[in-house]
Amino acid sequence: MIIIELIILAVIAFLLLVITLWKRKSPAKLREIPALAQLSRMLGLSVEDGTSLHISLGSGNLLDVRGGSALAGLAMLRHIAERTSVSDEPPVASAGDPVLGLLAQDTLQAGYQTAGVKELYAHTSGRVAGLSPFGYAAGAMNIPQDENVSVNIMIGHFGPEVSLLAEASERGSVTNLGASDNLAGQAVLFANTQESLIGEELFSTGAYLGAGASHLASLTVQDILRWLIILALLGGAVAKFMGII
Amino acid sequence: MRVITVFIAIVSGLAVLGGYFLQDFFPVLTQVQTLVLNWAIILAGVAALGGILNLISVHTGKVRHSEKGSIYSALLVVSLVVTFALGIILRPEHSAMKVVMSGIIIPTEAALMGILTISLLYAAIRLLRRRVDVMSIVFLLTAVFILLGSATLPFGDIPLIGTFARWVTQVGALGGMRGILIGVALGALTTGLRVLFGADRPYGGS
Repeated sequence: MIIIELIILAVIAFLLLVITLWKRKSPAKLREIPALAQLSRMLGLSVEDGTSLHISLGSGNLLDVRGGSALAGLAMLRHIAERTSVSDEPPVASAGDPVLGLLAQDTLQAGYQTAGVKELYAHTSGRVAGLSPFGYAAGAMNIPQDENVSVNIMIGHFGPEVSLLAEASERGSVTNLGASDNLAGQAVLFANTQESLIGEELFSTGAYLGAGASHLASLTVQDILRWLIILALLGGAVAKFMGII
Repeated sequence: MRVITVFIAIVSGLAVLGGYFLQDFFPVLTQVQTLVLNWAIILAGVAALGGILNLISVHTGKVRHSEKGSIYSALLVVSLVVTFALGIILRPEHSAMKVVMSGIIIPTEAALMGILTISLLYAAIRLLRRRVDVMSIVFLLTAVFILLGSATLPFGDIPLIGTFARWVTQVGALGGMRGILIGVALGALTTGLRVLFGADRPYGGS
């Protein structure tokens, strides 16, 4: 059984590599996701009006299954850092996990370096705001209100506690955008934000912000796998109905 | 330097993956996997200390510059240092440390959970003001039906509402949840592979 899993993984990896090479040559056509269109617009506006962005990476731990959303958040942070590091008010990233906090600092620094403004980087712009989900929400609540923030982007692993963070941002007239890999967190973000990302849209932020061919290839691979799963589910249902399995 | 970090990250990732998939063919990979994961756990512990130092650095900076809310920052730093010192001197099993945990930290988190209930209710009320579309209306109506169907009412269950709420929970919501979770799993898988190939490098260098 493990060999079958390995083969599936190898096929997915091969697909990802081939499609990445293909995407480098052919332009991407992406459907419009309102939340990501707004994010792109808000990035430009924040640089123009000299306000900051707060990127909340949640309390995902890289050593368990929540690591995927944390890595997606870091990929987006890297791109945002490159685009907004020259702003009068550079972006602030907060995390609810120490490892994620350190990686956020490193990612911000790399973004500044790529933008050619390494000297503007301040180590306090990447923060660990708390060490438990509620502790993190409580610790990060004051950032959108106190630090001239115009957009609060919440991308990562969040539970229902994200409502406290979104509510605090809204009180400070800050635009909220959010995505979580947790179902309760997604429902709360849908009710609390102007625009929210549902399900796998969380992992598409890099592709929509122009982070590169590998991000575009990821979307195509996800679509292929999704169709294969749909076909397998339908095939299984038909086979069960006909008494084959 | 960048090449070295990418190389170390890819080799470590492949070693852990190999330990999971190829343990029957190459038993040594299991030992390598355990070793790498133990290193990761130790590094995560060190990172926790780094995170606490970062927290202290941010909040002492706020106090030094007399920023808005600096009184809370001062309170946080003092509480953190005192609790840390007490934990080192008395050890975490000491009754005083248990009082700190059960008398301050747990009640505070419970209070935040209470505030969360009000915050969620308020968010649901404001949802239609923020975004008037079909999905918002369906979202609110579903929440109301589920609440009415699962609440213990003084006059008993409302006819049909309970059945409808159960159907929504066990069929509609369950199917939707599975669909979303499959999407999230696929996204996490491709993100993980990108990091494994070094296409995404959240670990340093431009």
